[in-house]
Amino acid sequence: MIIESLRSIGHRIVNAVWRIGYASRFFMLILLYSGVSFRRFHLIIKEIFSSGVMSLIIILVAGLFVGMVLGLQGYETLKRYGAESALGSLVALSLVRELGPVLGALLFASRAGSAMTAEIGLMKATDQISAMALMAINPIARLVAPRFWAGVISVPLLTALFSVMGVFGGYIVGVVLIGVDQGSFWSQMQAGVDFRYDILNGMIKSAVFGVVVTVIALFEGYDAPPTAEGVSGATTRTVVQSSLAILFLDFILTAFMFQGE
Amino acid sequence: MSSQALVEIRDVNFGYDSRLILKGANLTLPKGKVIAVMGGSGSGKTTLLQLIAGALKPSSGYVKVDGQVIHKLDHKGLFRMRRKMGMLFQFGALFTDMSVYDNVAFQMREHTDLPEEIIRDLVLMKLHAVGLRGTEHLMPAELSGGMARRVALARTVALDPTLIMYDEPFTGLDPISLSVVANLIRRLNDALGATSVVVTHDVRESLKIVDYIYFIADGVVAAEGTPDEIRASDKPFVHQFMHGEMDGPVPFHFPTGDYRQDLNLRP
Amino acid sequence: MTRTTLDLWVGIFVVAGFAALTVLALKVGNLSTYNTSETYQLQAYFSNIGGLKSQASIKSSGVLIGRVAKISLDSERFEAKVTMLIDKRYQFPKDTFANILTSGLLGEQYIGLMPGGDEAFLKAGDEIKKTQSAMVLEDLIGKFLYSKAEDSN
Repeated sequence: MIIESLRSIGHRIVNAVWRIGYASRFFMLILLYSGVSFRRFHLIIKEIFSSGVMSLIIILVAGLFVGMVLGLQGYETLKRYGAESALGSLVALSLVRELGPVLGALLFASRAGSAMTAEIGLMKATDQISAMALMAINPIARLVAPRFWAGVISVPLLTALFSVMGVFGGYIVGVVLIGVDQGSFWSQMQAGVDFRYDILNGMIKSAVFGVVVTVIALFEGYDAPPTAEGVSGATTRTVVQSSLAILFLDFILTAFMFQGE
Repeated sequence: MSSQALVEIRDVNFGYDSRLILKGANLTLPKGKVIAVMGGSGSGKTTLLQLIAGALKPSSGYVKVDGQVIHKLDHKGLFRMRRKMGMLFQFGALFTDMSVYDNVAFQMREHTDLPEEIIRDLVLMKLHAVGLRGTEHLMPAELSGGMARRVALARTVALDPTLIMYDEPFTGLDPISLSVVANLIRRLNDALGATSVVVTHDVRESLKIVDYIYFIADGVVAAEGTPDEIRASDKPFVHQFMHGEMDGPVPFHFPTGDYRQDLNLRP
Repeated sequence: MTRTTLDLWVGIFVVAGFAALTVLALKVGNLSTYNTSETYQLQAYFSNIGGLKSQASIKSSGVLIGRVAKISLDSERFEAKVTMLIDKRYQFPKDTFANILTSGLLGEQYIGLMPGGDEAFLKAGDEIKKTQSAMVLEDLIGKFLYSKAEDSN
């Protein structure tokens, strides 16, 4: 009995590792065939619209609310130590270092990533990809690579917008509603947030997340079984795997970058 | 066959894991003719098309198109070969995010440097050939099944291929559309001087337009001949297929145990 | 959506994204307070730099006037050699004190410069002779215990 479950777990782990290898090869192919995307940049622009621009609303609104909650919770806790004036610093650092990159990427994965998976999966299921291949047009070059680069470009931009909205939200709650001193809110923030250490590191994180989330979304779509259940399963897997990957990589990157200097 | 063969399939074996779909299939597709490949579901007809197009590799034997062995071609060679082929997929496989115009113009834009004015004329000509000039601005979702199939046909012949393959082109069409598509297959083949392979179950329509028929059963060619020869064939499988008989070499009942025993009746 | 409208929206998106990045860098972060002005180099030797790190601030009267460029161990004098980059706008007399101070109670350490009265000024490449090392907690506690022991004797 135990041997059976161990065997099945082992089997699943081997399967997962094999899949990661398969996905990495797919990633290499995307990079290899990216020439067309850049020569005909309009392909990328169309995809930036579909994934980036269409995600704007959810990113901006979510950023605002996250910032507002940070303002509320932050004030609550800081008040106990008489350190309310540090609210600006708290809100900004939380957003720029962690919440912006992580939540921005998670939201992107849920909205744009799953859409990419469904789109490519459906194209596969309705033979559009085979048709393209038989027309001697490389589907990875024509369909997948532009979406990849659009994701890589969009995610950091969306993250920056998320963080800015969050800071604004924190300002609204902290300064306007609660009454924390405006001057100390901004000055403590400026003193506490270092460009190289915090903002740049946060941007590097979001760039890494952007690559990972987009590759997962495109791979799952391209690899989906050409049936209705296949595509829906692939879409779910995209969101779950992206989320896990983001959180895992966040830990690794944070450990590297923010070593408690 | 007097004319030279465009496609030669020799002793081809193909299968997945343990299941062999094709066991020593032998077909010859002569130039300029319309050939039908018929057989039951899962008999390997679509697999044959994919082998010809190079999407699959035979485990033994070879497929030659225009004198070249497909699975030995390198990337560039396969690319060039596919430029000469056109394939119509089962339900059209139009690109759903593009208009009819963009679908038909797709290959022209990707593979040639023709200016947009010439592409426009070509697209209109192809659409006219299938009787759908005027639908350029519609999206695939707005087309009926028959219309979508015809647009896909226009797209398939966009670059005047020498080999046109049809995967079950008559599926789900009403009698009028059926007749239209069948006639278009014949007319386009003759107008372009191309060779066409039609994989189908539809006996009535295809027999009207094809020059030669191959019957695939159990992974081999079970019968072949001109429409007249096939109609007159006395081979049991061919006879069952052509006349739509319920029982014959392809049994009606799923192979299982005794009926009386299943119902627990005393013998 | 026509090609041009699409391009417009994407353009707006990209511009907004970069604008957000700029806002973050300038308003939220401290990029604008980075000295892009000219600096000159000064050195100082300390017996113990404590928790002083490279890029730490150098302040005089609480105003940021430079940054620590490099910290290394001088193998001849066996003291810590701190290389400082000071804003060219500020000149200090030759008898300036360089102290390692802590911001707040347990905050990060920085160098504070206290000017003396000398009429001659430090030039680029000069060494600040008068230095005071960082307070090391163990030494303080040791001193405290020692003095307590002395009192009770």
